[in-house]
Amino acid sequence: MQAPVLEVEDLAVRFTRRGEQPTRAVDGVSFSVAPGETIGLVGESGCGKSVTSLAIMGLLPRRGVEVTGSVRFDGNDLVDAPDHVLRGLRGADMGMVFQDPLSSLNPTVPIGTQVTEVLLEHREMSKAEARDEATRLLDRVGIPDPGRRLKEYPHQLSGGMRQRALIAMALACAPRLLIADEPTTALDVTIQAQILELLRELVVDSGTALVMITHDLGVVAGLCDRVHVMYAGKIIETADRHDLFTRPRQPYTGGLLASVPRLDSTRGAPLTPIRGSARDAIPWSEGCAFAPRCDNAQDDCLTEVSGSTVPLVPDGPGRELRCRHPLEHPSAPSGATASGAAR
Amino acid sequence: MLRFIVRRLLQLIPILLGLSVLLFAWLRALPGGPAQAALGERATPEAIAQYNELFGLDEPLYVQYFRFLGRAVQLDFGNSTQYGRPVTDVFLERFPGTIELTVLAMVFAIGVGIPLGYLAARRHGSFLDSASVIGSLIGVAIPVFFLAYLLRLLFAVELGWLPGSGRQDVRIDATRVTNFYVLDGLLTREWDAAWDALTHLVLPAIALGTIPLAIIVRITRASVLDVVNEDYVRTANAKGLAMATVRRRHIVRNALLPVSTTIGLQTGLLLSGAVLTETVFAFGGVGSTLYDAIRLRDFAVLQGFILMLAVVYVLVNLLVDISYGLLDPRVRVR
Repeated sequence: MQAPVLEVEDLAVRFTRRGEQPTRAVDGVSFSVAPGETIGLVGESGCGKSVTSLAIMGLLPRRGVEVTGSVRFDGNDLVDAPDHVLRGLRGADMGMVFQDPLSSLNPTVPIGTQVTEVLLEHREMSKAEARDEATRLLDRVGIPDPGRRLKEYPHQLSGGMRQRALIAMALACAPRLLIADEPTTALDVTIQAQILELLRELVVDSGTALVMITHDLGVVAGLCDRVHVMYAGKIIETADRHDLFTRPRQPYTGGLLASVPRLDSTRGAPLTPIRGSARDAIPWSEGCAFAPRCDNAQDDCLTEVSGSTVPLVPDGPGRELRCRHPLEHPSAPSGATASGAAR
Repeated sequence: MLRFIVRRLLQLIPILLGLSVLLFAWLRALPGGPAQAALGERATPEAIAQYNELFGLDEPLYVQYFRFLGRAVQLDFGNSTQYGRPVTDVFLERFPGTIELTVLAMVFAIGVGIPLGYLAARRHGSFLDSASVIGSLIGVAIPVFFLAYLLRLLFAVELGWLPGSGRQDVRIDATRVTNFYVLDGLLTREWDAAWDALTHLVLPAIALGTIPLAIIVRITRASVLDVVNEDYVRTANAKGLAMATVRRRHIVRNALLPVSTTIGLQTGLLLSGAVLTETVFAFGGVGSTLYDAIRLRDFAVLQGFILMLAVVYVLVNLLVDISYGLLDPRVRVR
């Protein structure tokens, strides 16, 4: 195992607004990514996965946001790093791909300029060299006729093209870390598969560390080596992909897997969603945030009974779990069906 | 693009026809009429009838209208009763003054308004922000003639820093080439004439530019506040671009789209004559000419000026639309 590119330790993000109770969007999140490794941050919307990624990149607004803990990139802490240091790293050593490619591209600037500006900022290149490199990049991410596309504006491209262009920008300077925040959510299913395949190829080819942020378990199954499941700002389960799909331990993870429609289930059989919504979460200080929605919940899931908040503890080799009453798997079922169904 | 422009110019025809009918009917409906205005209140009915016959005013209205129209298409709007010269000549003499005034007022409004609006947005909630919001509210609310009087009283009458009336000192014997006094001074190398004409523009331009300034500050501020929260600005920051590049290419460029529309509309409004400001400063542009024409019932000037100003207004709006297409590729006309 190579030394990790990115180590996040005890990361917490608090939003403080004048006259309002501060809210913890992310709380005590720790994970690391090694070169060539892909990890998934999985959870429902509002669970803090996007805020985590923005905190890593230093893209959260400075005012009204409090980031604590540490984000070490190559061993250097980024949390308190000055703006110019972060700007030097972003785009060059760490790239990011966003969810909605149309709104993430500047509508009044040609695609070419939006690609070359990264190169011109971080690389010693002439404009002509940057232009050639941009053509090569667009070609590499699978955009046909890249020379012509460079002159076009975002609205003239299809959704898949736009996402490819965004990926080209993120990869322009061959970053060692790529964070992809729901990169396929806004795309058609066929395009989704293409984009995921593209990302996978890039990781394999260049040894880039990839942090995949998604709510889509299919994406996780297809791409990620390790998975961190988040709920209400905390990691509640960490496992290798295979273990997670075959033997989910956190009832929330189990619920996520069960709520994916399966091809081999009886037609007309009801889907099994998780009760309630993320808004029903209780503060972690009062116990397990998922307890109000959990079928396994018992009295000691609440702090007032157990006397402490539910900790994240090791749970077998390579696994971590935050749950007092996890799902039990007496005999390991064959993993193929579970992960196959999730795809 | 060319087809777009031609189509817009063709749209001018019905606009002008409609306007000319309205104008014609409105002026004929005014109490008194041209004869009364020309001959005075004590004119005898016989004299009025003679005057009407002389100028063809006894003929049916539609005959008069079509005769007016026939001359108007040849840019002949008749003679002004107060100046005794063709209306077109008067217009060509006065309109350059209004253009000069408008240009300076808009330079002032844009030059101060956009930076101020940008800073207010970037320091959202600060003292500067509140001050600019309140200041622009006052700027919009203050009656322009009142502000004009205040400026004139303070800087022209009390302090004597700047001239308070006219377009140029009458003692300067300037050569007229284009009737743009500042430009004429530059063309003929009469630097003192150009400088003097410029100083005459300063106070009315500030008075006139206040409302556009206030509007530009508010729209720039609101627009920048919107744009900084856009995903593409986050993308630009994620690319590690220098703050100056993010600001210029990704924030300001997009934030100025709605501002450019406002600038165009305001320029069109100012060009069609700032009656109040020009009157306060006795500035010989189209605004004060219109004021005099209404006061003295100079119908030929009113008809001619209003129609020509309508053409100018439509042309300015056409320019705004074209420039909008250049700025925003999404609405680019093909």
